[in-house]
Amino acid sequence: MVNMLKDRFAQGSRVGRNNMTAFLFLAPWLIGIFVFTLWPFITSFTMSLQETNLFVSKWVGLENYKQLLSDRRFIKSIQVTLKFVFLSVPLKLAFALFVAVMLKERFRGVNFFRSALYFPSLIGGSVAVAAMWTQLFGLRGVINDVVGIFGIRPRSWIADPSTALYTLVILAVWQFGSSMVIFLSGLNNIPQSLYEAAEIDGASRLRRFFHITLPMLSPIILFNLVLQTIGAFQTFTQAFIITKGGPLNETLFMVLYIYNKAFTASEMGYASALSWVLLFIILAFTLLILRTSKYWVYYEAE
Amino acid sequence: MTNQRHRILKFIFLIALTLIMLYPVIWLFLGSVKANNEIFAGGRILPSVWKWENYKAGWYALPRFTFGTFFMNTFKLVFFVVLGSIVSTTLAGYAFARLDFPFKNLLFTVLLATLMLPEQVLLVPRYVLFSKLGWVNSYKALTIPAFFGQFSGGFFIYLMTQFIRGIPRELDEAAVVDGCGTFRIFWHVILPNCKPVVFSVGLFAFMWSWNDFLNQLLYINDVGRFTVSLGLRLFLDSAAAVSWGSLFAMSILTLIPVIFVFYVGQEFLVDGIATTGLKG
Repeated sequence: MVNMLKDRFAQGSRVGRNNMTAFLFLAPWLIGIFVFTLWPFITSFTMSLQETNLFVSKWVGLENYKQLLSDRRFIKSIQVTLKFVFLSVPLKLAFALFVAVMLKERFRGVNFFRSALYFPSLIGGSVAVAAMWTQLFGLRGVINDVVGIFGIRPRSWIADPSTALYTLVILAVWQFGSSMVIFLSGLNNIPQSLYEAAEIDGASRLRRFFHITLPMLSPIILFNLVLQTIGAFQTFTQAFIITKGGPLNETLFMVLYIYNKAFTASEMGYASALSWVLLFIILAFTLLILRTSKYWVYYEAE
Repeated sequence: MTNQRHRILKFIFLIALTLIMLYPVIWLFLGSVKANNEIFAGGRILPSVWKWENYKAGWYALPRFTFGTFFMNTFKLVFFVVLGSIVSTTLAGYAFARLDFPFKNLLFTVLLATLMLPEQVLLVPRYVLFSKLGWVNSYKALTIPAFFGQFSGGFFIYLMTQFIRGIPRELDEAAVVDGCGTFRIFWHVILPNCKPVVFSVGLFAFMWSWNDFLNQLLYINDVGRFTVSLGLRLFLDSAAAVSWGSLFAMSILTLIPVIFVFYVGQEFLVDGIATTGLKG
């Protein structure tokens, strides 16, 4: 009996010590998540209920959110962001999938093509590429030389309100490489035997794509779709440098508007309300995609 | 026969696609060695004279500070982000993968949730917090969070945890028999076996902090403390009357470290990209 108690005691204290050690290992992250993530997350909400800059603040309840409804620039920023997401994400994924299928098989030079086509993803977020894009699509840029062949008059694609957003869509699609890499690893996991069986049955290349590749790859498509959608909603750097939100607010992405409100106009409460709206829009889209996924994502029944 | 034709067509298509995709970068590079009036002249692809002096002109183009300062600043910043990320995320990854503690599942769920949390929600309150701490206009706001696992920490710790789970437990058990405690197991068994994942966390941290722009824009105001991204933007905004060739030259230079790091560490990164889908 005493021995049992002793054992128990010894065990208890060892578990206790293990807990302590575990928390020592975890301590940096644990402190970090509270101080730098959870706390700001909560204050972000309370700030959205205030009229505040760095120095003074006043509770205004839901006033900021009410104000949003009649803020035409806010509504514009939602339209711009949604348009960008709806254009860039499907195009990027379609392109990534198309090229991934071509690069699936091993052939001479395949590694070169994979690296080369991934390259834009590697550098796409940088200021250097933004500077380059500004010039490519500028009045004297190469794009005008190319379209000039088809008799299209030269113009500054970035300064023209009807085309500015499309230059950013093209920049996003240009970076299809990271999605392509994910598709490639997914394609490699599809059993070769399925294709062999289909080939014996005389299925055409197109049929094999629609009846084997697409369903087998659908979980990866879902994964890419969610990631790219979340990413597209967060576009900032390129719009900030290339178009600065203009012309006529045609590229006023939501994050850019949040930045302007918080750090140019010093309306931090209002900016916090904006960021909560952004969070909810992203959340809604993510859930929507996940909900609909059961109709189009194929999971092997095993 | 048709298969052969198909293969040739595919090859031609891929070459054309690659050329189109890389053309902007080639144009940027050739522009960096062209005279100003040649860059936008069209027609000619190669420069008539290779003006390598654009690089020197760009390096010294801004008053008071050279790009040397910006490069040194960025390397310093990136070094601390990489170091902080590696230290904090290996520790946490080990705890999640191997140790037992209360609320483990809850905390792991929190970790995964932060993967999905858009950073923009934290933008304003973090700025308020950091300015109260007096961290604005220094590298503290950019580096200290990394030491607490908050620079893409969710993703890094997830990578670490998955990797450490794959290390055979027999190794730990053998060490226990030899009388090792938790710390010594971590130091002598786990860490030496973690080299690939430590390497890929370091590479990702390098590339992302090198390319990060929004946070640098927010927290660094003095030109003397500018990173290459900020320096390049300053150059871009003041370049109206300046030489485009030298602007392009500096653009090329700022890309080189990331490209270098990527192609050195490619094999380590591809797995990370493939399992998480994050940009390189």
